Amino acid sequence: MSKRIVVDPVTRIEGHLRVEADIENGKIVDAYSSGTMVRLLEEILRGRDPRDAWAFVGRVCGVCTSTHSLTSVRCVEDALGIEVPPNAELVRNLMHCVLYMHDHVVHFYHLHAMDWVDVVAALKADPKKTSELAQSISKWPKSSPGYFADIQTRIQKFVESGQLGIFANGYWGHPAYKLPAEVNLIGLAHYLEALDWQKEIVKVQAIFGGKNPHPNYLVGGMACSINLDDVSGINAERLAFIHQLLKEGKEFINQVYIPDLMAIASFYKDWGAIGGGLGNYLVYGDLPTKGYRDTASYKFPSGAILNKDISKVYEVDLRKEDEVQEFITNSWYDYEGEGGKAKGLHPWKGESKINYTGPKPPFEHLDTSKEYSYLKTPRWKGNAMEVGPLARVLVGYAKGVEEYKAIVDKTLKDLDVPVTALFSTLGRTAARGLEAVLAADWALEFYDSLIANIKAGDTRMAEMSKFDPATWPKEALGVGHAEAPRGALAHWINIKDEKIANYQLVVPTTWNASPRDGKGQMSAYEAALIDTPVHDETQPLEIIRTIHSFDPCMACSVHLYDEDGKTISRVSVVGD
Amino acid sequence: MDNDMLEVKKQPTYYEEVIRKGYDRRDFMKFASMMAAFIGLEKSAIGQVAKAMETKSRIPIIWLHFQECTCCSESFIRSSHPMVADILLDMVSLDYTETLMAASGAQAEKSLKDTMKKYKGEYILCVEGSVPVAADGVYCMIGGKTSMHILEEAAADAKAIIAWGSCASNGCVQSAKPNPTQATPIHKLITGKPIIKVPGCPPIGEVMAGVIVHLLTFGTIPELDRVGRPKAFYSKRVHDSCYRRPYFDAGLFVETFDDENAKKGYCLYKVGCKGPSTYNACGVMKWNGGVSYPIQSGHGCIGCSEENFWDNGRLYERASAFAGFGIESDADTIGKVALGATLVAVAGHAVATNIGKQKSIHDLETEGKASEHELPS
Repeated sequence: MSKRIVVDPVTRIEGHLRVEADIENGKIVDAYSSGTMVRLLEEILRGRDPRDAWAFVGRVCGVCTSTHSLTSVRCVEDALGIEVPPNAELVRNLMHCVLYMHDHVVHFYHLHAMDWVDVVAALKADPKKTSELAQSISKWPKSSPGYFADIQTRIQKFVESGQLGIFANGYWGHPAYKLPAEVNLIGLAHYLEALDWQKEIVKVQAIFGGKNPHPNYLVGGMACSINLDDVSGINAERLAFIHQLLKEGKEFINQVYIPDLMAIASFYKDWGAIGGGLGNYLVYGDLPTKGYRDTASYKFPSGAILNKDISKVYEVDLRKEDEVQEFITNSWYDYEGEGGKAKGLHPWKGESKINYTGPKPPFEHLDTSKEYSYLKTPRWKGNAMEVGPLARVLVGYAKGVEEYKAIVDKTLKDLDVPVTALFSTLGRTAARGLEAVLAADWALEFYDSLIANIKAGDTRMAEMSKFDPATWPKEALGVGHAEAPRGALAHWINIKDEKIANYQLVVPTTWNASPRDGKGQMSAYEAALIDTPVHDETQPLEIIRTIHSFDPCMACSVHLYDEDGKTISRVSVVGD
Repeated sequence: MDNDMLEVKKQPTYYEEVIRKGYDRRDFMKFASMMAAFIGLEKSAIGQVAKAMETKSRIPIIWLHFQECTCCSESFIRSSHPMVADILLDMVSLDYTETLMAASGAQAEKSLKDTMKKYKGEYILCVEGSVPVAADGVYCMIGGKTSMHILEEAAADAKAIIAWGSCASNGCVQSAKPNPTQATPIHKLITGKPIIKVPGCPPIGEVMAGVIVHLLTFGTIPELDRVGRPKAFYSKRVHDSCYRRPYFDAGLFVETFDDENAKKGYCLYKVGCKGPSTYNACGVMKWNGGVSYPIQSGHGCIGCSEENFWDNGRLYERASAFAGFGIESDADTIGKVALGATLVAVAGHAVATNIGKQKSIHDLETEGKASEHELPS
């Protein structure tokens, strides 16, 4: 007889995620993933100016900030046939690489590390041995015995104060923690260093986009004009600043993040056989080097892999109505018209009417035999797909792209694990680190290209000839895609009479965290949890390890529109 | 509120904590000076800030997340001074925040309950996100409870509430028309508690840090304007503190993005800048450690700290579309202006939001005119 456990809230993620899991003989035998917050942004977008959409959808998420804005301007440019100048594409790529560098580091240290690193156990470490270990894996200068002793003293006093703040009620001492005390101390020290570091690298986004989180984008290019002779423009000082930030960012990734990732992973090789899940992977591709429309030029190649078979990569077409479809069998929505709730819809025809049928709160359990989430269920040619760093690394590797081959093979060799270890919780976490390395390299390449372009006399940053709505066709369809840090992201727009007639987003966490479909096929989170060992049913440590390996972003995944706002009852509010 | 309202007994002081963490007195004074500057104090008050931080106690914080995108938390950790992240993450005892806390599920809920019980009447409640009140609150549920329910429970014994960002202050993007989930800001749901609104999408990291430092330094909430925002950061229009303002006054405008005028850094008013109607500190403090702010990077202000900014006209439409904003003809036709036009703009906005500001800006203009006479001719 299995026992149902609930993890809600799942913390150290973006947004509101609930997991219910059935445990039998110390293993998960069934799992349900539920998104429990919704904002209905797609309804809010209807009737608005398509050029403004990037600002609205940018606010879908402040963690993977800039991704939705980038996807939105691409979507509108696709609909209106606008090609942005090369400099704008390079600036967008640079900002996107910086997002990867920032987001992957923050995920590893601040959202994921405490699943592997026992903060309290770090107090038992010998600072001298810690220093020796740190210096054996990296040339990062902050590695003296004194440095680690100071960190340890600070944390010792913190623990003794009795006010544990964010560390309170953690799973410290749980037998699933396997690191030697010294590795725990390195992890803890770098948790604090990374907190300081992360605010620096995003300055690249602030220089081009004015601020971070939520930098500004522009349909047609970017608003940050180049003028080497004016203090307001992108000039030599701004470029030098960016170059320095990129170099420092790369240094941190290569000398802190990667050595830590490898050191920690080497003690958790058993997680190379846990949390694999679907074995189907989907990538839309990103980081164009010869224009957004030339998909063969992408640094992140697109494609789909089925059943862990990396000998074959399938083409993906976001415009074909039978490829990407969204289902709502187990979601709190209805579809109108023929086929009703059973049908799947391509996003250009996407619709939904919110209809909460779950238990009346407060409740203990969801009824998972019927609708149980605000997420819809996307499918690619009917298949449940995993998206994200692992999918991207696998598609690059399977396509034989040299950069991927080199870094993946080296990592497998260093860890002494087979290629099948990639299909796992550990594989997902490792893949994220590998693409942070690639993104840091690529950022410097894009920087060099930008300099070369300016040097050659091209200072154009925006193509404004189709900015005026009077130049637009009466009706236009567009699709824009990106690879968000968390996976494949696309927006579909229908423009009519200069306004948004329909705007649909299918986002990474919707692919990964959605409820099962009408055929009973699980999505990625649920599938990955099956067979995960759970040592203590009252402590969900192993569950959050696998869930965190996906880096959930729930605000992204629940954004859908309400076809009929009038059905929503109004509750009187206190005050004015 | 009395002056010691925010004290928590028997906790180490900030100064003790800073020293314990291996920083020296000089670091501490640097931090205190910076915070004094952020919260808009005279130089003479630095000592007061430092003294207060040496002697006041730690404050437990419960940070709730409702209908939001976590940009406020992200901005908070961007706060630029090297010591801010350490101090604000550890020193204030951030006992509950879904973004950073180690514990999940039942253990996370325990942290919340423990803090509410142990520090009854003493903790600060920070709220990130709006609360959907449609359909009995089912559009945001955590641990099987609605956000409305959780907010009411956590607010009951809070000493004060900080409404982070535009979501908690104004409703932000999910409350834009037609506001399908009836996303509602905190002050419309909770009464009888001091509420500090810190709008912006997100607010500047150092503004968030500055508000917290004010609370713990002075033991009082900062002086708020008529709509509940700290005057220190929200009493000036972006337009009034804009380094491109001389181009506005001279009638020199960007006509379209990336044109010759854009490359020269002219005023962005004609391509939709909402700086003339937005009260925020962006032009003074800038973003991400003072690196830039939207106007400096060539895009107009979108007005993200103003109520209903998503419905206050399109992004690339001139601010003239605002009710009572009679500035457009001047911008088009007048080469050298524009004290008169500015005053009209000020008055128009003041009618809409805050009549008190008109007087203060008028006083500033008078003061400026008076000092002109002192300049050698």
